[in-house]
Amino acid sequence: MEERKEMITADKLAYNYIKYDEEGREKEKIRAVDGVSFEVEKGDFVAILGHNGSGKSTLAKHINALLTPSEGTLWVNGMDTSDEKNLWDVRQSAGMVFQNPDNQIIGTIVEEDVGFGPENMGVPTKEIWERVEESLKAVNMLKYRHHSPNKLSGGQKQRVAIAGVVAMHPKCIVLDEPTAMLDPNGRKEVIRAVRALNQVEEITVILITHYMEEVIYANKVLVMDDGKVVMQGTPREIFSQVETLKSYRLDVPQATLLAWELKQAGLDLPDGILTREELVEALCRLY
Amino acid sequence: MSIVLENVCYTYSPGTAYEIHALKNINLEIREGQFIGLIGHTGSGKSTLVQHLNGLVKATSGHIYFNGEDIYAQNYDMRRLRGKVGLVFQYPEHQLFEVDVLSDVCFGPKNQGLSREEAEKRAREALRMVGISEEYEKQSPFDLSGGQKRRVAIAGVLAMEPEVLILDEPTAGLDPKGRDEILDQISLLHKERGITVILVSHSMEDVAKYVERIIVMNQGEVMYDDVPREVFRHYKELERVGLAAPQVTYIMHTLKEKGFDVDEDATTIEEAKKTILEAFRKKGSTT
Amino acid sequence: MIRDITLGQYYPADSILHKLDPRVKLVATITFLVALFLINSWIGYLVATVFLVSVIRLSKVPFRFIVRGLKTIFIILLITLVFNLFLTPGDRVLVQIWKLKITDRGLHTAIFMAIRLIYLIIGSSLMTLTTTPNDLTDGLETLLGPLKKLHVPVHEVSMMMSIALRFIPILLEETDKIMKAQIARGADFEHGNLIQRAKNLVPLLVPLFISAFRRANDLAMAMEARCYRGGEGRTKMKPLIYTGKDYCAYGILLLFLAAIIAVRVLL
Repeated sequence: MEERKEMITADKLAYNYIKYDEEGREKEKIRAVDGVSFEVEKGDFVAILGHNGSGKSTLAKHINALLTPSEGTLWVNGMDTSDEKNLWDVRQSAGMVFQNPDNQIIGTIVEEDVGFGPENMGVPTKEIWERVEESLKAVNMLKYRHHSPNKLSGGQKQRVAIAGVVAMHPKCIVLDEPTAMLDPNGRKEVIRAVRALNQVEEITVILITHYMEEVIYANKVLVMDDGKVVMQGTPREIFSQVETLKSYRLDVPQATLLAWELKQAGLDLPDGILTREELVEALCRLY
Repeated sequence: MSIVLENVCYTYSPGTAYEIHALKNINLEIREGQFIGLIGHTGSGKSTLVQHLNGLVKATSGHIYFNGEDIYAQNYDMRRLRGKVGLVFQYPEHQLFEVDVLSDVCFGPKNQGLSREEAEKRAREALRMVGISEEYEKQSPFDLSGGQKRRVAIAGVLAMEPEVLILDEPTAGLDPKGRDEILDQISLLHKERGITVILVSHSMEDVAKYVERIIVMNQGEVMYDDVPREVFRHYKELERVGLAAPQVTYIMHTLKEKGFDVDEDATTIEEAKKTILEAFRKKGSTT
Repeated sequence: MIRDITLGQYYPADSILHKLDPRVKLVATITFLVALFLINSWIGYLVATVFLVSVIRLSKVPFRFIVRGLKTIFIILLITLVFNLFLTPGDRVLVQIWKLKITDRGLHTAIFMAIRLIYLIIGSSLMTLTTTPNDLTDGLETLLGPLKKLHVPVHEVSMMMSIALRFIPILLEETDKIMKAQIARGADFEHGNLIQRAKNLVPLLVPLFISAFRRANDLAMAMEARCYRGGEGRTKMKPLIYTGKDYCAYGILLLFLAAIIAVRVLL
């Protein structure tokens, strides 16, 4: 049998939040995700952009079956997430890392936290230890295994949270703004760990972020606005549309912005410059 | 009108094994009307420093003078000082507690002893300053969006009509547009009202764009204190202590090395654009 | 002040005590507490002191760290000391200040009680210092396991306890932060009468509760995302299995208890 290529398939997925009034009657229906279709292939690194309230977190929670679609279908590794009996398999295949590092660490010792997922899955004790060790190694946190999470920096805590997901041997990891509460060094540590998982362990990564610099490592970008996917493409394709992005309350990396400004001023630079090296190179060619 | 710090030292748990020298002999003058950026990595002492400026933390040794008066003198009115030196903490929306937006913003002015009418007048003014319109006044602060909550919380401090406004990472966790909006509003306040602003930030790009003076903290000491272009000239030293310069600085330095006739101390997109175009023009006129 | 509370805090170190089965440590702590109340002579205290000091040495927890935990009970200690010192009737009056008499028996009881209280605290904090909260709740869960048959939710309760332990330091830090933020807005937590002070706490308590609920919500979601579905079908990373050193510890414990009883009965 040929192995399936797609990891996640969304078909016209929609989700309504329903607000109730005091008497329990339906007061308001908010369509947080509005008919979204996309596909993520195995081994992809997908970035999802969108301003606060654009529906990207709601979408992310579907991939882990924390929410199920009000309309449409979502398949994770071939499983329909709406099907109750797939629930635990879906959660094991698609791990999730959240924004606040403090609110997702359960254990009082780093290694115990990483073991929490495998414990829940009923993994035999000996194998839990192996998984904990390899996961902490994968995020470069092995030497902190006996530490208390409270004494770690934000970036370290977030890497522990990632290790906790990796120990469940997922096929895919969804990270919901994992760097939003970190300082620049913490952000770098986390992104480095995520990239290593994607490249070395070949885990599919879905990264939700507000930091444009983190997006350039992705091979695919989805831009969300008002519950819809409004742009899809490679980082280069997305970032060559500076004005469209701005209209969605987003930004572009600094190098891209400078290149775009220079181009507006008449310099003959190519579209979608992503890094400062690319910009310098392009300028040298003109000079 | 200014804040002067003289030989300020602060030590956590002095005399124990856990002794930490958070501030070491700080000498600074915060002059009226300045827009200052305070940078430093996590744990560099910058948060401790700002908490000294409104008397929340008392220095272990040294003196602080506000408008010439020693704030550690007997009978010095600390509560009045806190009205004059407004401090907005990180994630200030976590301190909201009242039933509606207007009452929450009134909390500060009422603590200053103002009448209900006077407090409300100031609260309304403060809310307009941060761009929250009248329709939100009677809403629960908890029903607002993340960015709106943040602004209401900032208004809560502005309503006390401080002469000095200190903001500890006011843009953390916001989307790019939200970040720009808050910083633009603060910048406007600075220009129109002449308020002294101290912005604690991790974003070198933001600091370069908005402030006129940068104070760099490292291991409890002031490492640099100068205008942005001078400070970022030391980008290699900044990297050594876990900081960085704006992206633009790196681009300019590389261009200079490659033989471009540019001003390598440009720190913002606008400056960079100007000097690069200038270089092309000069080059064009000679060849 | 908050930093001084060592009760319920784990001190990471690599010692035989840290490696003991938490059940042994729980049983040992209870045994030690019972033994303290059995003691009625100086020799008994000598036995207890030798036992306690050797256990402290074995634990590799710095002595200073253990003593710091006593600071929090200092007031209680002082009150017991004063009460026993002045209010115990006795045969021989040692010192008399106005109407207050210190008798030989008073002095005796006061010192006995003080030592008992100090040892009690040291004994129980040694357990929490050498056992991670998770181990502790694991130990409790297994020890109380038989209660499951009576439909007591032992797993759920122990999970709740370990989560509470993890979040105590976080919430303390948060309290400090919100308090500072409100003080910066002119709030006053120190002055006024009792009712005013209670009212002044609203700006602290409301944000704190909201934050606690938000954290609970986030945590529940994170746990679900990591396939948590209660105690059933769960395996353990660190299952509790008695080894040689645990039996050995039980042996020593038995000897200690026997010695205490012997001292009481024989002397």
